[in-house]
Amino acid sequence: MEFLNALVLLLNYTIIPAVTYGSQLALGAIFVTLIYGVLRFANFATGDMMSFGTMFAVLLTYYFQSIGIGIGILPTALITLPFAIIAMIFYMLFIDKFVFKYYRVSKSAPVQLAMVSVGVMFVTQAIIRIIIGPFDRRFMDGEKFILKASEFKEMTGLNEGLTIKSTQAITVVVTIVLVSILFWFLNKTKTGTSMRAYSDNEDLALLSGIDPKKIVMLTWIIAGCLATIGGVLYGLDKSYKPFVYFNNMLPIFAAAIVGGIGNPFGAFLGGYVIAFAEIFVTYAYKKFFTYLLPEFLEPDSLVQLLSTDYKFAVSFSILVIVLLFRPSGIFEGKKI
Amino acid sequence: MSFFVGNQMTAGYGQGPDIISSCSIKVNRGEIVAILGPNGAGKSTAMKAMLGLLKLKSGSVILNGEDISKLSPQDRVKKGISFVPQTKNVFAELTVKENLEVGAFLREDNINNIIDEIYELFPILKEKSSQIVGQLSGGQRQQVALGRALMIKPSVLMLDEPTAGVSPIVMDELFQHILRVKKTNVGIIMVEQNAKQALSISDRGYVLVTGENKFEGSGVELLKDPEVRRSFLGG
Repeated sequence: MEFLNALVLLLNYTIIPAVTYGSQLALGAIFVTLIYGVLRFANFATGDMMSFGTMFAVLLTYYFQSIGIGIGILPTALITLPFAIIAMIFYMLFIDKFVFKYYRVSKSAPVQLAMVSVGVMFVTQAIIRIIIGPFDRRFMDGEKFILKASEFKEMTGLNEGLTIKSTQAITVVVTIVLVSILFWFLNKTKTGTSMRAYSDNEDLALLSGIDPKKIVMLTWIIAGCLATIGGVLYGLDKSYKPFVYFNNMLPIFAAAIVGGIGNPFGAFLGGYVIAFAEIFVTYAYKKFFTYLLPEFLEPDSLVQLLSTDYKFAVSFSILVIVLLFRPSGIFEGKKI
Repeated sequence: MSFFVGNQMTAGYGQGPDIISSCSIKVNRGEIVAILGPNGAGKSTAMKAMLGLLKLKSGSVILNGEDISKLSPQDRVKKGISFVPQTKNVFAELTVKENLEVGAFLREDNINNIIDEIYELFPILKEKSSQIVGQLSGGQRQQVALGRALMIKPSVLMLDEPTAGVSPIVMDELFQHILRVKKTNVGIIMVEQNAKQALSISDRGYVLVTGENKFEGSGVELLKDPEVRRSFLGG
């Protein structure tokens, strides 16, 4: 019984949140890796692009709520997603046409494009602040829990409760569906293969008749879907605050690099590596050990390796360690 | 009139000096033509000019009687001119089969029977079809490169130093493959450093010096020509 309690405790406070957070990071990391693989630069505007897409979902959610459209137990944000994605894609294609294209056509160095993306980041941040402001917003509605702690306790008779929030389930399901479609597209379709070919060897792709304009546009479209969906899932699960999205860039980049930058499947797994590391290192294990150890061995302290305030230090450390010892990423696999 | 002609071509890179001047190359279907010459003679440049990778200052490129000098490289590929660059001539991250599929990107019809034809021509590719090309040996990669270029069913195939960096045994094997490609009624232009071996399988050869045609003739003639032998073939 004590063992089961300890297990449920761990599941409830670390594993389930880590899988959720990992899925959200994974979508961002695939975004980074895709832009890096096809357009060949590190996009520093990642966090803010996710924020930008989410902003539309938030505003549309408010609007839909005001006119009484909803989908019952599911959050309204889900039906706003297609509209938010379209707005996001338009914004990205606009930015590409007027900013990135110039540097791409003149074959600028990748570091120059990365600096340009820093500019895009600041502008995007400013636009977001003008439109929606910097405040913390919750836009989650519908049924909040799938499984409540009290129900679980009743069902099993354990001391510890297990909660499954509907946002956690939605995040995992949507991520699995989205990532499956993406990998199917990249690996099994003609267009996806041509995209990987372009990323691998641009000159030869041109000689094979692949149109670079189409590939670039397609990349932004896929990136727009990933950024908006990733951002909305994160916002539903936690809350929408633009500054937090900007901060999320570090774990997202860490995930992309851990997975081997340019490798989408690696980025996907990398998201979970970072999420699990962050949560396992910052969780206070006192109660866990209280269940498992005999009374005289019970810990007095919180048994927390690192305060949650330092969670970014975890992804930063992983980033540095990977770059030092396995700069090509810890996962084997095909590059985009 | 030959099938594919580079006529009196003069060209250089950007604003730089002319690399080739009044250089002419001709090839017919089912014929192998070798372009030889010392380093910096403009061999690859002549080939790139025919593909449209650099602009002609004067002269023309004619395919089957049609002037294609103004077409972009992509449009020339659509017309059936295939090119295998010297380096980075495969998609190293893709599988053998995917390489072939990308080669046929412009084809709308069913490509499976073309893939089968390529497999017949290069049996090793069938064996390795789902392997990542980056993991193959140099000779196998060259076969993938040839196979990719053949997927559009080209009428002319241009090869930039196909045997660069492979061992002598693999080189012989590659030349045998090139001869088999020739038998499918494809015109082949190749730039080669291994002049003797290249001439031995070529129907004709051109020797370029400082961007101009210096000698031309059948493979046997060039091999026997004492001046060509002395200057380029090492005695």
